[in-house]
Amino acid sequence: MIAVFIPSQLTSYTDGVSRLTAAGGSIEAVLDDLDARFPGLKFRVVDEQDRIRRHMRIFRNGDRAQDVRAAVGEGDEVLIFGALSGG
Amino acid sequence: MAATQLLVGTRKGAWIYRSDAARKAWSVQGPIFLGHIVNHLVLDPRDGKTLLMAASTGHLGPTIFRSTNGGTSWTEAERPPAFPKADGGEGPARSVDHSFWLEPGHASEPGVWWAGTSPPGLFRSEDGGATWDGAAGFNDHPMYWKWCPEDGGTPDGALLNQIQIDPRDPRHMYVATSTAGVFESHDQGGDWAPLNQGVEANFLPDPYPEYGQDAHYIALAPTMPDRLWQQNHCGIYRLDRPAERWDRIGETMPKEIGDIGFTIVPHPRAADTAWVFPMDGAEVWPRTSPGGKPAVYRTRDAGQSWERQDRGFPTEQGWFTVKRQAFCADKEASVGLYLGTTGGELWMSDDEGQAWRPIAAHLPEIYSVSAAPLP
Repeated sequence: MIAVFIPSQLTSYTDGVSRLTAAGGSIEAVLDDLDARFPGLKFRVVDEQDRIRRHMRIFRNGDRAQDVRAAVGEGDEVLIFGALSGG
Repeated sequence: MAATQLLVGTRKGAWIYRSDAARKAWSVQGPIFLGHIVNHLVLDPRDGKTLLMAASTGHLGPTIFRSTNGGTSWTEAERPPAFPKADGGEGPARSVDHSFWLEPGHASEPGVWWAGTSPPGLFRSEDGGATWDGAAGFNDHPMYWKWCPEDGGTPDGALLNQIQIDPRDPRHMYVATSTAGVFESHDQGGDWAPLNQGVEANFLPDPYPEYGQDAHYIALAPTMPDRLWQQNHCGIYRLDRPAERWDRIGETMPKEIGDIGFTIVPHPRAADTAWVFPMDGAEVWPRTSPGGKPAVYRTRDAGQSWERQDRGFPTEQGWFTVKRQAFCADKEASVGLYLGTTGGELWMSDDEGQAWRPIAAHLPEIYSVSAAPLP
């Protein structure tokens, strides 16, 4: 399983839970797994062209992911953050 | 006289104001979705209870929320407006940044809604806003990238900013865009043609092009739907179909005020009457109330003349702006007018604009105000 951090901007989807686990071999698969359990979450993070939204950040084991196709493996950690987005 | 509700979308959430029967006392519900950018909040006039909200946040992508209990609880659209995956064709891959305008479908089509987005896109729902599909007739039109060039945006992005449906015929539609002006469809969005003759675009080499205008706002006269009003980036216009050439009725505005603004509001019954809220479009385009003296202007003769209505507004140092969707009318015998300002104030008149008074202040920047009767 993959450990996932959910930012405050998305905890309305996860019943307030910020740390949970998900399954998948890529960041996209992890997001798909989350979206199946928390409908609507993925589209708030990734657009219809599979691009990570401009003010969202995703890290895999501390390294920033630029592409949702980035692989993840058993025991990895995926962190989702809301980055700076203006006043 | 009936109680009225005002649906207010702001840069930081939504509020609903509800009046007593005299429209004197107002109660407030909100904030709703505090922190969300709410571009439009609209009640379905066909059932009198369904609310749709176009929302996004600084971080999160765009979505549509729905409520059927007066905004007490909300359900997110299962499939919000989104462009198809790019297939390598013309133009960059598009993704919806935000939905800007929500339009209930024709009275004969309960459950149908339309949405206009940034970048310009037309979307349709047939299930009350739960799922949305792109209207390929506009979004994939062979002229799309000419009409909606990638760099054709307002500061918040290029817009398909209004959708108007002929109350006599659901197939007959108009849309307004910030990149190419007004378009008309006779087959419910299957095909579109520009409708911009006589409308200036003084920021282009050809100031009267077939398309390329910035149509800030269009509205059909409710009791004469062959009449279109337009507040354009370059003036106030009127078009009486089947004519195709717009008349610049803003030429009769006082020269020191000009005819630049974001919005125009038709009277619900008197087809020759409409209101505008002018802004300063001189030199560097401050887009503030001209001279710091906010005022509404009303025509009662289809634009041949205008009268100033400023009683109650600040008489000096009032620098607010009223954005596209933030000015509206109710349908009462003495028409109520409502406007929201960029400074977060909500104003009303219950005598067709003769006198104005504030309902609320200190809200975030107001993006939209729509009025509906309370059930």
